[in-house]
Formats: sequence, C-alpha cells, structure tokens
Amino acid sequence: MNPKLTRRRFIKGVIASGAAAASTSLWYSVSGQNRPAGSVERLLSINVNGQVRRVDVSPQETLAHTLRYKLGLTGTKLGCNRGECGSCTVLADDVNIYACSTLTHEVKNKAVLTVEGLRAADGTLHPVQAAFIEELSPQCGFCTSGQIMSAVALLNTNPRPTREEARQALSGNLCRCGAYDHYLNGVMRASGQLS
Amino acid sequence: MTFMHIGKDFTPPDVEGKVTGTARYAEDFRRDGMVFARLLTSPIPSGRVVSIDASEALAMPGVVGIFTADDLPPSAPPANPALAKDFITYVGQPILAVAAESEEIAEAAIERIAIEFERRPFVVDPLDTLVEGGPDPYPMGNTLIREGAAAAAGTTASGTAVGSIKWTRDQIASFRAGRFPTGAPWGEEWAYGDVDANFAQCTTVIEEPFVTIGLPHHSLESRTGMAYWENGKCYFHGSLQSQTVGHAQLARMVDVDPANLVFINENTGGGFGSKIFPYPMMAVTGRFAKALNRPLQLRITRADEFYIGSARSGMQGWIKVGLRDNGRVGAVDIAIIGDAGSGGGASGSSAAEHVSIMYQPEAMRYRGMSLYTNTTPRGAQRGPGQNEMAAVLSPIMDKAGRQAGLDLVELRRINAPGPDALIGPRQGTISSSYYPQAIDQAAELFGWEAKKALPRQISATKVRGIGVGEGYHSAGASGYDGLLRIAPDGKIHLHTGVGNLGTYSYAAVLRAAAETLQCSWENCVIEHGHGENHLPHSTYQGGSNTIFTETRSSHVAALDAIRKMKQIAAADFGGAVDDYSIGGERVFLSSDNSKGYTYAEVAQKAIELGGEYSGQVFAEDLNDTTKRSVQAMQGTGLIAAAKDTLPKTGTTPGFAVAMVEIELDTETGKFDILDYTGIAECGTIIHPKGLRQAMNGGGVWGFGMAAYERHVYDPQNGLPANVGLYQAKPPTYLDVPLHMKSGATDMPDPQSPVGSRGIGEPSQGCAVAALMSAISDALDGHLFNRTPVTADMILNHIAQNDFNTGDLKTNTF
Repeated sequence: MNPKLTRRRFIKGVIASGAAAASTSLWYSVSGQNRPAGSVERLLSINVNGQVRRVDVSPQETLAHTLRYKLGLTGTKLGCNRGECGSCTVLADDVNIYACSTLTHEVKNKAVLTVEGLRAADGTLHPVQAAFIEELSPQCGFCTSGQIMSAVALLNTNPRPTREEARQALSGNLCRCGAYDHYLNGVMRASGQLS
Repeated sequence: MTFMHIGKDFTPPDVEGKVTGTARYAEDFRRDGMVFARLLTSPIPSGRVVSIDASEALAMPGVVGIFTADDLPPSAPPANPALAKDFITYVGQPILAVAAESEEIAEAAIERIAIEFERRPFVVDPLDTLVEGGPDPYPMGNTLIREGAAAAAGTTASGTAVGSIKWTRDQIASFRAGRFPTGAPWGEEWAYGDVDANFAQCTTVIEEPFVTIGLPHHSLESRTGMAYWENGKCYFHGSLQSQTVGHAQLARMVDVDPANLVFINENTGGGFGSKIFPYPMMAVTGRFAKALNRPLQLRITRADEFYIGSARSGMQGWIKVGLRDNGRVGAVDIAIIGDAGSGGGASGSSAAEHVSIMYQPEAMRYRGMSLYTNTTPRGAQRGPGQNEMAAVLSPIMDKAGRQAGLDLVELRRINAPGPDALIGPRQGTISSSYYPQAIDQAAELFGWEAKKALPRQISATKVRGIGVGEGYHSAGASGYDGLLRIAPDGKIHLHTGVGNLGTYSYAAVLRAAAETLQCSWENCVIEHGHGENHLPHSTYQGGSNTIFTETRSSHVAALDAIRKMKQIAAADFGGAVDDYSIGGERVFLSSDNSKGYTYAEVAQKAIELGGEYSGQVFAEDLNDTTKRSVQAMQGTGLIAAAKDTLPKTGTTPGFAVAMVEIELDTETGKFDILDYTGIAECGTIIHPKGLRQAMNGGGVWGFGMAAYERHVYDPQNGLPANVGLYQAKPPTYLDVPLHMKSGATDMPDPQSPVGSRGIGEPSQGCAVAALMSAISDALDGHLFNRTPVTADMILNHIAQNDFNTGDLKTNTF
C-alpha cells in the first residue's frame, strides 16, 4: 500500500470510478441509480428552429435526447453527456446552453435554436457558418455545431468582440483536435474583423 | 514546379456538412427495428468472472438479449478481448453487453445483473511489478514475449504471450535514483557505433532520469457502431480513421466474407491513433446484431471512452548524452521501461529512434522493455514514442547545451538531420530533409535572437522563458492502390479508401490525380466513406502517412488513365501512343490537337471497347479490395486502377521545429504562452489551410502533454481518478495562446510525385518539446524530468519543495 494514501484520497478515487469493490471474492451488483425504465411521457409543444414541434417527453429527458432522437436534429452532438465538452450547445431564447444538461420540460416556453436552424429561409448560410468554412475551422467536426452556436450567441450580444472576448465566450466548448485558433479566426471573420 | 492544384487552398466537400449539422457520424444513423446495446464494465482492476446471473435483467420488458465472452471466439493474453471473462486486467474492461429497445432500458438492465468476481493482485506502476516479489498484472507475468515459432506452428493465435521479467531490489532502487541498473535484464536492445569510445571523446556528459505519463485519447465522439445484416451482408456504420485498410480485419471480427461487408464511415469524431484499425468492441456490435437478427447500435459513454478508447503508453527511463567540443552529439545511451497498460505495446524503441534521427549521435545504445500494468490498454497516440521522447529530451539537451556554452538553437543546428541523415539501429537513409532550413525559418519568424536578449524577469512575480523543440515521425509508405473512373458525362470520380479523420488529407491527396490529369477540380467527384462507393485498398489514415503514400497512389491511377486514353485515341486517330498529349480535359494528337477526344468521349469509347479500358480486365497485383471495386464498376466508364510501384528508398521523414515564449507566474505556478511558432518540414505544401490545421492542432496536443494530461490511478484499489474530460484535462481555449504562428519550408521530397509528405505527428512533438524547454528556461534551467509539468510542481519547485519531482513513479498521485 502507498504510505501516502489517505482516506480522503481513496474516497476521491472511488468517486471518480463510480464503483468500489472491496473483497477477494464477491457478488457485485453494478452501482448507479435505479432509474425507471419507461416512465410516463407527456406531450409537449416546443418551439425549435422557428417551428412548433409536438413531442412526447419523459420527465427526466434531456433536450439533447429530444432533439437528436425524437426530432431527428442530429447536428447537436453528444460528446460527454455530462456538461463537460459543449458539443451539444444550442440556444434557448438566444442564450447558449448545454442541451445534455437541460431537461426538455425546462424549455417548453422558450425558443430553441439548433445548428440546423441557422440557415436563412433561402438557404444562405449564417455568417458564422460561412466564416467557419472560409477559415476551414472544423477538423473532425464533432464539436463544430457547439462551437458555432456559442459563436452565434456571442455575436448576437457583442457583434464585434475582441479575440480575447471570443476566446472567453467559446471557452465552454472543447475541441479535442485543437482547432481553437481556426475557430477564433472564424468568429473574427464572421464579425467582419478579418478579411 | 508550377501546379494547378497542389499548394492551393480548396474547400473539402465535407466542411459544409460539419457547419450545418448534416455531416453524419456513426451514432446519427437509425434503422427500423434497431435495438440499443450498452456495456457492463469491470469494477475491479484484476481478476476473473466466476459467474453471471442475468435472469432478472433478461426478464425486464424491452430487454432483447445479452452477449458475453462465451459468444465470441476465445482469445488469450495479451490479446485485448472485446469482452473479458478469465482475465480481467483493468477497471472499465467490458464484461458483457445488453441489448434492449432503448438505451435507458439497457442501462437499467445492466444494473440488475449480478456478477461474481474473483479478485487477483494488481499493479499500476511498472516498477512495482518489475521488482522481485512484486505483483503481476496477469497471472502468468508482466511482459510481452514473442513466440514466432509457436505462431508458425499454429499453437498460438498471435505469436505473442505474457511472460515475466524481474529486477532485484537493488536494481530497482538504482533506477529510481536515476542511475543505470547494473546487470539488469532487458526485453530488447540495439546499438550502433562504439558507444563507450565515443563517450570518451565527449567533453560534456550528462545523465538524467525521465518519466512520461500515459494519457487517454478521449476522442470527442464516443465510439459507436451500428450494424445490421441483410441477405448475408453486414452493413456496419462505424467510427474509424481508416476506411479500407482495416476491411479484412473487420470482416474477420464480425465473421463475414470481406465481399459481404459494407463499411460506412463518412465522418469520424476524432481518433488520434486510437481508431487506425478496427477495435475490439466492433466485434460485439457486428456479432450481437447477427445473433439478434436486428439492427443494433452499441454506443459507449464518455467514461467508457476513457477505459477502452486507448491511451498513450508512458515511459520511465534514463539517458546519458555526450557532446564533443564542437557541439556534435558524440554518444547517447538510453534505457526505457515502457508502460503498456493492460495490453498493447510500449514505444521505447520508437522513442530512442527519435533521438537517433534528431541529434544524429555518432554512436548510440538503446535498452528497453514493455511492461503490463492493470491500467487501460495502450495503443498508438499521435507520434507514439517519438513525441513523449521529444518532451523530456528537449530540456535535457538544453542542459547539455548550456553546460557546453551553446545557444539552444545553435545546438539544434549543429546536430540537425540534413539530407544525408541516418536513422535508427540500422542507420538507414531518409528520402530527403530540409530540416536545417526549417530551424532557420523558425528562428527568424519567432525572433529567437531578439527574444533571447529580453530580460527574464518581467515583474516581481512574472518570469519569461523561451524554448525550442523538435518533432519527428516517419511520414510515408508505398504499395497501395489508386483508383479513378472517368464517366461518359466527363466527370472524374476519384476513389479513395483513406478515412476521414478531419485533416482533409483524404481529399487533398486526390488533387495529385487531378494535377496529373490536368483537369479542373470542379469537375472531380470524390468517392469515399462508404463501401458501396467502390473504394480501393488505401493506406491507413495515421502516422503522418497519408499525404506521401496516397499522392503516389493517386498519381499512378492518373497515369494509368492517361495511358489508356492515349491508346484509345491512337487507335482511332492514328500514330503512336507517345504522339498524344492531354490538356483541357482532352486527349489529342500533339501535332494536331483537332484530332482527339474529350474525357467524356474517351470514357464512352472505353465502355465500347471493354477489356482493361472499362474494368473487365485489371492488373493482377491489385489488392482484392480494389479488384472488387473495379469489378463492381466495370462498363461504367474509363476505369483506371494501379498499384503504387514507384521507386522508394529509405525512410520518408516528417520534421517540425517549434519555438515558444512563456510568461510564468511564480506565485501560482501557472504560465501563459505568449508566442508559439511552428515550422513544418513536410516537403511541398499540398494544402495550406490543412497544413495550418495540422500544425496548430498538433501544437495544442503538445501543450496538453506538457502541462495538463496524464493518467492518475489510486494505487491501493487500482481505480482511475480522472476519467472525465474536465479531470483528464485536454487543453481548452484558455490553455493555448491567443494566436498561433505556423509555416513550412515548402521544398519537395523527390520520392513524391508532388513533393509532399505528412506532418500530423511532428506537429505535436515540436510543440511539447519547445514548451518543456521554455518552462525549464523560465526556471533557470531546472529539469523536472517528466511530463506533464503541472502548476503545483512548478510551485513546489519555486518553494524548494521538490518531493514530487524526484522519483520515477507513474500513473499514481
């Protein structure tokens, strides 16, 4: 045993793994909450991308789940499903939120905007989308929808941000490919500060 | 050379889908009747499954089945099984899968499964198993042994087994203290030159220990597979870096004839080496779907991605370096114990090879071994071996350079690998190198001399540091197939079996074919990402390998097309084949360009002629995958398919050099990167924006390795303590510089038809090395001898409390 191992450190390790097994031979039942399988759904009307969508939603259902699996809006990605990465970022009444950490029932009176709703009616790309193409901002693309939605939220309130302001505004969006410089270039281009 | 397409930016066809949300990844596909599978993973680090009671789970409404190791072909250690039974070797190892009508039901069902485990001893630090009497990660030992004869005789499946290697307590104590362990046995070793004689001629000799700690890939897309079977065919939506090179392997894993496997993978949410080839859980997806006779999706969680998404191996090592009077590295002696986790391999020899190429020592010796631990399995991660070596090597070389009175950039110039450089134990040649020019370019762009003259003390609590580092990886192969089709409408369909990792190189390499055919890019159609798009046997997408390898195969396919077009034209208009030229998407008589065909017309002619012109006949040396694709397209146009047999000698290198300026806060131990400059030496630039992405993305990975990312295990219980993204700590926007500068030498490699090589791996190595060098510089040359160097370590050093930087422990806290 590591002599420096304290009780506190041990508990931290156990919490991090989500499981503890303590005996040489044991019956183990996988830990976790016993969630009801198939709780009662309610029919909700949600404003998504300017359209009222009627959908059955269970009480514990996240907005990401509703968008992806019930409304077919798979542009919203799930990178962690626990509020760490920002891939699921959408706007609710123009505020960027993590859809994986928002219950769908919480947005029933709000206007939800996803990456699929950014194009103009004539099909023209949103300036952020066009700028991200011009700057070749995405790499693998899995985080891109979230990056775009955070950028849109920023530019809605601050049309000409500094690069530092843009960095702060997008800092809740992880990019494992490390394309941060290119996303920031995209934001600056979309705001007309890069030509 | 003036190019039409090479060296010019273009918009890859998949970018718009990524910014509009229409790009589809494996999890975005649904199928009528699809069921959802989830994994039950091990809560213990070592042991075996005694029994499984799933009766309660299987009785739940909506649960459709369970899949265990008994449903898979048997595997023996050290193979990494898709599902474990007799050998559980890490926390998080998959034990079984449950399928249900929804993921929620599958998860609830898993919670009702009772498993009886038998625990075994475990170990998380390689030195703890290496010591005599120490616990072993497998019942039969702690290290990989190769049994070539047994494999040849068919008595082992893989030719590998688990054996045991041990050191005495004195040897372990010596190694932990930073000294070479006299008389200790090693798993592998190589040398060239007279090491001892060369050390005797060196005037500066230093010895240092070092540690690099493994870290997870944490690709942002948690790996997902969806499979369904129809009429004997398996359709598999997966997430891989490569498309066709793993086809036969995946077919074996899901037990189907390769001709009946359709692999679909248009987009991949990150891989970084962990998805180059099919991985074990894909066997569960395909076989479970077949067993249930229903479409099945298996998506893993973020925590599962930490456990089974692969990780970089760590190193515990010792190095001795000698400099001659003139600054040349005279000799290097290096010893590396590699942490292979519970499976996979360590990268010690690759790490040593990095030293041999980047500093060209006149004599060198490497001794190493790969040890298993009860931590997550390890695999290739962006420059495995080379990049972690670059990280710890740079400040050590700085120390030697300072002792010799050399400027740190000058030290690199003196030892830089030029075109006559030699590499590795066999001292093989390389295809070309302009690396010395890259150093000069970086020094100028960064302003090395000016920054060197700046005061180190910025304010009462802020100090400046500047550093330089180098990255290397082999960057190209040969022998793969190129395939294209010119359709009767004149469209040129460029087929590639390269995967779409996000680097856009899958598209960029096809521009070599457009270049050779002298056709407009707008008239080209890229065919990729779907087995039914009839793809050739292409290289794996990884290891900085794609650009060199696939520009060659694209080029040879285009040459095959030109040959066929000229033959058709010569037959109809007279004269010899060599009398014909191409241009403006026409093939014509050079002396009278009115006599000729457009590409559309010649495609129609090819269909009429049949035979080799439209795919009824093809070269025997093509790979079976390519042959099947040619056969599937026969009669639809002019079909060109060829294997790359162009001359290739020596190692194809990719080099990069970086320089970093930091401002370090002595009150917090944190630092900001004020300037980052990276210069690639990757031959001719093929795609400028793609190159910037590679350099900057690799730079961010370098910052992560230098300062943030590492495995942490609880040594008492073998439990990982930083499973989540926020704990494993990939860099965020706030951890990287506000601007990043990059460039390239842009000089051609003679063995590529367009002069280009790859750079994905060296881009990380140079960044981590430069940042480590800068941190050391800011602290008056202090060596931490490890990665990552975290803020608390810096603060402890400033407080003269060096307890956490003085030994070789790894994976623990």
